Amino acid sequence: MNALVNFGKIFKFNGGVHPPENKTQSTQLPIAKLSLPDQLVLPLRQHVGNIPKVKVNVGDHVLKGQLLAEAEGMVSAAIHAPTSGTITAIADAIIPHPSGLPDHCITLKPDGLDTWIAHQGIDWRNTDRKSLVNSLRLSGIVGLGGATFPTQVKLRTDGKSAVHTLVINAAECEPYITCDDMLMRERAAEIVQGIAIAQHLLGATKVLIGIEDNKPEAIAAMQEATANTSMQVVVVPTLYPSGDARRLVHLLLGEEIPHNKRATEVGIQVFNVATVLALHRYFEYGEPALSRIVSMTGNVAQPRNFEVLFGTPLMHLVNAAGGAKPDTTHYIMGGPMMGFNLPDNNVPITKAANCIIAASPNLFAPPPPAMPCIRCARCADACPVSLQPQELYWFAKSDNFETAREYKLFDCIECGACSYVCPSNIPLVQYYRYAKSEIIAADRAKEAADLARERNEARLARIEREKLERAQKHAERAQGAKSEASPEQATNTPTETPDADAKKAAIAAAIARAKAQKQSLDDQPQTSSVTDKPTPAADEAKKAAIAAAIERAKAQKAAALQAGAMPRNVDTASGAVQQEIAEIDARRAAVGLTPPPNEATTQAAADKQAAIAAAIARAKAQKAAAEAAKLAESTEKKE
Amino acid sequence: MLKVLVALIPAIGVYVWMYGGGILVTLTLATLTALLTEAAMLKLRARPIRPFLSDYSAVITAWLLALAIPPLTPWWLIVVGTAFAIVFAKQLYGGLGYNPFNPAMIGYAVLLISFPVLMTKWPAALQIAQTPLSFGEQLHFIFSGQLPQNVLMDAVTSATPLDYLKTQLKLGQEISHIQSAPLFGVLGGKGSEYIAIAYLLGGLYLWQQKIISWHLPTAFLGVLALMSATFWLSDPAQFASPVFHLFSGASMLCAFFIITDPVSGPTTPCGKLYFAGGVAIITYLIRVYGGYPDGVAFAVIFMNICVPLIDAYTQPRVFGHEK
Repeated sequence: MNALVNFGKIFKFNGGVHPPENKTQSTQLPIAKLSLPDQLVLPLRQHVGNIPKVKVNVGDHVLKGQLLAEAEGMVSAAIHAPTSGTITAIADAIIPHPSGLPDHCITLKPDGLDTWIAHQGIDWRNTDRKSLVNSLRLSGIVGLGGATFPTQVKLRTDGKSAVHTLVINAAECEPYITCDDMLMRERAAEIVQGIAIAQHLLGATKVLIGIEDNKPEAIAAMQEATANTSMQVVVVPTLYPSGDARRLVHLLLGEEIPHNKRATEVGIQVFNVATVLALHRYFEYGEPALSRIVSMTGNVAQPRNFEVLFGTPLMHLVNAAGGAKPDTTHYIMGGPMMGFNLPDNNVPITKAANCIIAASPNLFAPPPPAMPCIRCARCADACPVSLQPQELYWFAKSDNFETAREYKLFDCIECGACSYVCPSNIPLVQYYRYAKSEIIAADRAKEAADLARERNEARLARIEREKLERAQKHAERAQGAKSEASPEQATNTPTETPDADAKKAAIAAAIARAKAQKQSLDDQPQTSSVTDKPTPAADEAKKAAIAAAIERAKAQKAAALQAGAMPRNVDTASGAVQQEIAEIDARRAAVGLTPPPNEATTQAAADKQAAIAAAIARAKAQKAAAEAAKLAESTEKKE
Repeated sequence: MLKVLVALIPAIGVYVWMYGGGILVTLTLATLTALLTEAAMLKLRARPIRPFLSDYSAVITAWLLALAIPPLTPWWLIVVGTAFAIVFAKQLYGGLGYNPFNPAMIGYAVLLISFPVLMTKWPAALQIAQTPLSFGEQLHFIFSGQLPQNVLMDAVTSATPLDYLKTQLKLGQEISHIQSAPLFGVLGGKGSEYIAIAYLLGGLYLWQQKIISWHLPTAFLGVLALMSATFWLSDPAQFASPVFHLFSGASMLCAFFIITDPVSGPTTPCGKLYFAGGVAIITYLIRVYGGYPDGVAFAVIFMNICVPLIDAYTQPRVFGHEK
């Protein structure tokens, strides 16, 4: 072991695996700057969160660093022109996503001049923290470990939870990937300045840099660069998935971030080493996120790390590495453990692309057919989250999703350690993804059903309320006539005020209605057997309520018919009802036979609209909250 | 699973040395029966045959059953037992990975209940037998059921140490007196104690190869030792020593090869301790108070029933969760 390697105090997590590293292939040559391609295709969705808002038009000439799309909403990231040139298209194109589906992209044809837009750094040491973080919305910087969570969101400290420890994730635990390794070897000083900025923005007092012991050169470079600072380089054993944020925090601090909390809630924030370098470039020079280091490795002639402009076509990168060998079958984005097969060779390099592996049957033999699970529990021994993968597999396979959830399915980080050790070659993670998506879909359906039910309940409540209001109005009117007749009674007995009477009447009306509903099946007269002590006011109110219902029904009917001809089935109606009908007719006549701007219907429409708006707002808020909570912590997970 | 077979080879070697080559015939019969019935069942169930035969799981079942039953029995006994184990205890439950019970132990229990006389007639070790049989004579007996002329069955077989101990204790004998019989060796029964040691070595090899975890054998042997020690210390005249219990009967086979069947056993580390501990307690109780000389098979089957419960209640704490 290298003399520099010094484990210090390390807090191990359960399990983990150590697959063949395959890292040396791509660390033989220094990072090379990739030449300008013929065109750049910039997907708008290169990060977790909202799609940014396009600020340019087709045909616009843009300069390097110019804002093409600005962050939209809380969780979003801007997109900038990686070089100067002309916008040739804003349309759907294939993006690097497992689905292979096209998504919105801006296509830029470089003019070859690479002319920068005016840009300058910020004196961050003497600027208010809040405005610094706000300015990051314009930087386009996202977590470059692969999770691409907008960095400006991670730097927003909400006052409630002060961050005391900044963890720099330089573990890079996945095989093949070496972009962070090479970055640390070559640009350690800049990284350390970036860490200083992040530390300043968070107000963290402690900085730990976690690096796996298979990167001695990077460790040496970082130790040298941090020599005169309080930052501490901590060497951790090479064990996948040490680079998972929660695992790394445990390794370095011995602290398990509770499953339902984000790291910031326990005073810790984690940044990838490449992300802090981007922070440095932005604050020191005013350069937004335009490029990243990508490991181009696997079945290519000369595996190497390249500094690649976002939007560069995949094949341009492959050719720069000497081209793919003849037996190359496909390309993997990310590492072999958590990466995915690119659906098309015609995709651009995005902010998430830390590594591209050219795959061949030699490098990645097709797995042998899966055999039944024999419950050997090697997966449980390997699981870094201490789950019981064999049980989860069983539940997922038998569609027993509720039990899978109880067995903490959603704590699974899909690292693939279980699949890696499975002697029966079962693609376990695929089962977990399936179960998760099924559960999420079921939850959404349930949410929608709940929403519909809520909406219906709100509607029923509104109808009830309107009935009461109407009853009250009529009771008041009746009481008013009464008090006119005997004003003394009204003034002498405060309990018998119109208000109190109306209330009583309303209650009585409600009771009557309930009873009437009960009896409606028998088609009995609705007024039979009503309240215990029917008062004149109550009777009035009851009638009024019935009248109101009839009125509403008629109004609705009228609105539907949009015609003047209206059935007059009013023979059995009481005087009050007849009066109501007359009133309605009068109003209808006044507006020329069009449905009256009935209070009930307008109110109903308004209520409905409000309910829908509220429901949409609620759904959006839930979604945003869930997304933010889930993703804030999964950032920079896979190194 | 090939390594499990490899780990059994030392014990088979000692077996041959102690009891003659008859066991090899039994093993061959068991293996053939297992492979044939497994293939037939896979065909009936329209499952691919080759991958399931080449995982050796059927062969392991066959070998464990062959090693568990007396070595000098008619050929059809092992055939019936193995076929039952494969067809009923394994394939009809869904084949590999789906059997709730240890197939070898189901096969053993069925034979023990159906053919109690044959299943309790153990040949004496060659060194102490009145008339040790040659391999040819053993072979002849297995297939024809005929002993050589002038040789009586009693001259070939003897009670097992556990059996003898039990019957003698019932007759009011004391342990020290009983164990002075030629049947007994230093640790357990004469001859069988060497096989037990060979199982132990094979088991340690499996542990070293990370095929089995320490939990099951340690808990089984530990609890068996603890339990027998408690009784033995309370009354050494009535209860055999822990060493005797550890090296007699199927203790070592059970500890390293039977309860370590992952399919029918628990998966959580803590669950394995409970499971093996339970098997040890029941085994001891059957040995001392039950109607059978050894109780491993019934103990294992009973604890197999409890596996879902054990697993459910021994879930380890998940990262970032409270217990």
